[in-house]
Parts: sequence; C-alpha cells; structure tokens
Amino acid sequence: MALDAKYDKKIEAAALPQKTKDQLRKYLDGKEITDAQFKQILERVLNEYQSTRIEACEAVGIIAAQSIGEPGTQMTMRTFHYAGVAEINVTLGLPRLIEIMDARKEPSTPTMTVFLEPDYGNDRDRAREVSWQIEAAPLHEFGDITTDMENMQVVVHLNTKVCDKRKIAPSEIMEVAPKKIRDRRHYRDFEHEIDEASATIIFMPKDKESYQNLFQLAEHVRNVIVQGIDDIIRVVVRKETGEYILYTEGSNLKDVFDVVGVDTTRTRTNNISEIAQVLGIEAARNAVIHEAVSTLNEQGIAVDVRHLMLVSDMMCMEGEVKQIGRHGIAGEKESVLSRAAFEVTVNHLLDAAVANEVDELSGVTENVIVGQPIQLGTGDVKLIAIRQNEN
Amino acid sequence: MSTKLNVIEHVMVPDHQIMSEDEVSELLSRYNITTEQLPKIYHDDPAVKMIGAEADDVIRIIRTSHTAGRAEAYRLVIRKPKK
Repeated sequence: MALDAKYDKKIEAAALPQKTKDQLRKYLDGKEITDAQFKQILERVLNEYQSTRIEACEAVGIIAAQSIGEPGTQMTMRTFHYAGVAEINVTLGLPRLIEIMDARKEPSTPTMTVFLEPDYGNDRDRAREVSWQIEAAPLHEFGDITTDMENMQVVVHLNTKVCDKRKIAPSEIMEVAPKKIRDRRHYRDFEHEIDEASATIIFMPKDKESYQNLFQLAEHVRNVIVQGIDDIIRVVVRKETGEYILYTEGSNLKDVFDVVGVDTTRTRTNNISEIAQVLGIEAARNAVIHEAVSTLNEQGIAVDVRHLMLVSDMMCMEGEVKQIGRHGIAGEKESVLSRAAFEVTVNHLLDAAVANEVDELSGVTENVIVGQPIQLGTGDVKLIAIRQNEN
Repeated sequence: MSTKLNVIEHVMVPDHQIMSEDEVSELLSRYNITTEQLPKIYHDDPAVKMIGAEADDVIRIIRTSHTAGRAEAYRLVIRKPKK
C-alpha cells in the first residue's frame, strides 16, 4: 500500500532534508495511522531535526580540525601497502591525506579507475582491447630492433602478428614512431625510411661518425610510445561486480575519455587537480570528499563526513582547489595577526607593515592574541539597550 | 573519435542551473548577502561552459549530499584571475 497522498504532501512540505523525508516515508509505508498520530509523528521528527542542527556561532572549523586531527594521529605514518586492488601500488594513510589537503598538482601515485560501456564491460576480450588503447606500449614490444653498426643504422622489423593482436596497423606504427620521437622525446638528429611491404623502418643518425649518437637513437627508438596514452604506464583488467573494470597506473583523464568504449560518466582518477580541470570545481569538491573518506576508511578510522565536507567546501570556495596551508586558505585570511600566528610569522608582519595593513580584529585568533573576548558563542551576541521613555 | 565529452553527465558533476534575476534577488534577500559573498566558480569551468553561463551569473548547484540527501548550493560566476 502506498503512502496516503495527503500525508505524502505534508511530508513534502515540511522543513526537513530530503533524506529524512524519504526515511519517514519508508517508515510510515504500509502502517495504519490516524491523522492525529501522523501529526504527532511529524511534529516529533521536526523537533528532533531542529535539535540536531548546528547552532549559529558554533566554531565548526575548530571542531572539524579536532575531529580529523585526533584520529589522524593513529594513522600509519608510512605505508607501503598495495591497495588490495590489482597489485597497483597506491599511497595510503597519512601521506595520502596530507597530499589531498595540500592540493598537490599531481599525487605521488596517480591511478585511474576506468569503467567501460556495457558492450565492452561484459566481454573480457573487448575489455582487453580497450586496455591496449590506453596502456602505453613502447615500440620494442611490436617487433625486433637491431642496431646495425656496420651501416650506422637502427632497423626495426615489425611483427605483424603482434600488431594484429593489438589491433594496430603496422603502417600506423611506422607513421607514428618517427613523429613521436621528434615531438614527444625531442630528439631530431635522425632520418628515417619506411618500407611498407616488409613492415620495416630504418632510422639513421644524421651524424654518421658517432657511435654515441647511434646508441642514443637506438634507445629512443626502443622506448618510443607508439600505442596508448603516454602517461599511463600500466593497465590491469579486473572483473568486479559483474563487469570488467580497468585499473591504471598513471592518470590522464582527458585522453582516456576520448578512447572508444570508455564510460565517460563513471570513469575517475585520484588526481584531484586533473578532475578540477576536466570536470570542474564541483566535481573536484566531490573528489576531495571521496578521496579523504576512502583514505580514512581504509585505515579503519571513522570521521563524520560533515567535517570532511566542510574542509572540501573551504578548499573549493574560490573556484579552484586551494590547499589548506599558508599558500592557500590560511595564507589568504583577512587578518594580519591570524596569518602571522600560523606560519612564517616575521614575513607576514613585515609585509603587513610595508603594505600598511589594518587588522579589524574580527576573527578568533587575533582577539585571543590581543586578549579580548572572541566573537563566538555568547561572545558573538551584542546587547543594545534601547532606552524607553521615562514618564 | 568519440563525441565531445559531456561533463554534466559524469556522476561526480552535480546539476548546474543558471538562476533567473528574480531567483537571485530572492536568494540574496533571504540570506541578507550580496553576490560577492557567494562561493565562486570560474567562467572557464567545464560545467559552466556546458550550461552556457557567463560572468556575473549565479548558478544553482543541486548536490546529492551525504547528510541531507539533496542540497542546494550557489556559486557566482567570475572571470578567472590572470596569474
């Protein structure tokens, strides 16, 4: 039996969060209640909700700092764990948490979780094919490379079987390889000849006298990436919850989104600044929360999401991800004294003096420093007596 | 190869909507603030580009919240400062 329409309407109109409304609906569903009972229930729920809301003037920042900081002391200082997922090494524990809060441009171990579209995700072979499009493969995996010292050249015989298996045409490799050596590896002192029929490329250094150049060239030829995305070193295909998922070592969200078969609605990376660039600040905010929660949970530490949401909100306030620290939030505070109290005290005081800055003493830290009541809780309320007419 | 990436469809990107002038003035009077006091979003943010908002627009963001189930947030579109 569905919930009575009039009750449903009343619940919808109540000043409650969506989640509480849904829970209430679920609870009431199928229960016989009278109007009076319903009214009482709703009233109780409303009261309970009001009493759990945070009070105005409560110092939520300090509470968040304590609530993350204390459990943080119990985290492993250094972890060399494999993250459980597919033998890919991922930074965990305290170092990772610091990385998130510092808003580093690149995490020390970037990884991606690549979801596939249904057609590809249900088929092992097709999933493997997508992984080849993503995993960076150097030229030496596609054939034999010989350094011919007599004629001063590097000869590459492509193995057409391997090319077929990897779904890449030999002609494509032959075209890409010299171009990539010039553009990506910035090595230009060579010439090349392509022989389509025997799938052979011959590289010749410009300087025919130097063996050093020849070996240098050979090294570039061996390692030039001819298939896949340069930043992604390794891809592991795993079956999880009924579909194949790719885990990668290295991250490049933008290029992975362009690969055919990749589900662009679910694929994610642990590189937060990359998310901010490709998907926007709101996605970055979600990513900060997600990364922080999963880092803490992995260590078996339960911190309420509210604290992490506050931190994430602060980091993403100004339209870009800012670190918690003197180059970010703490460094951009209005008050001179507050900034000086955090880090590099002398520099801040000196700069403030040079710039003729004024401290309005409106925050907490600066009032503690000068010894005034702080503007929090009861300290925030100002009483003004309005004189009544005295007759 | 694939079609241009639709940022809005990604699970991590919440719903972004441009607010009308009436809605904005209602919002500002409800909280007794100016637009400057709202959180910001850059005009070249991928989601902003997608919905076609411009500088000085206010955007309503409907997040799926861990705590409330559904939460509304607001951001003011600003020009990205040149570094």
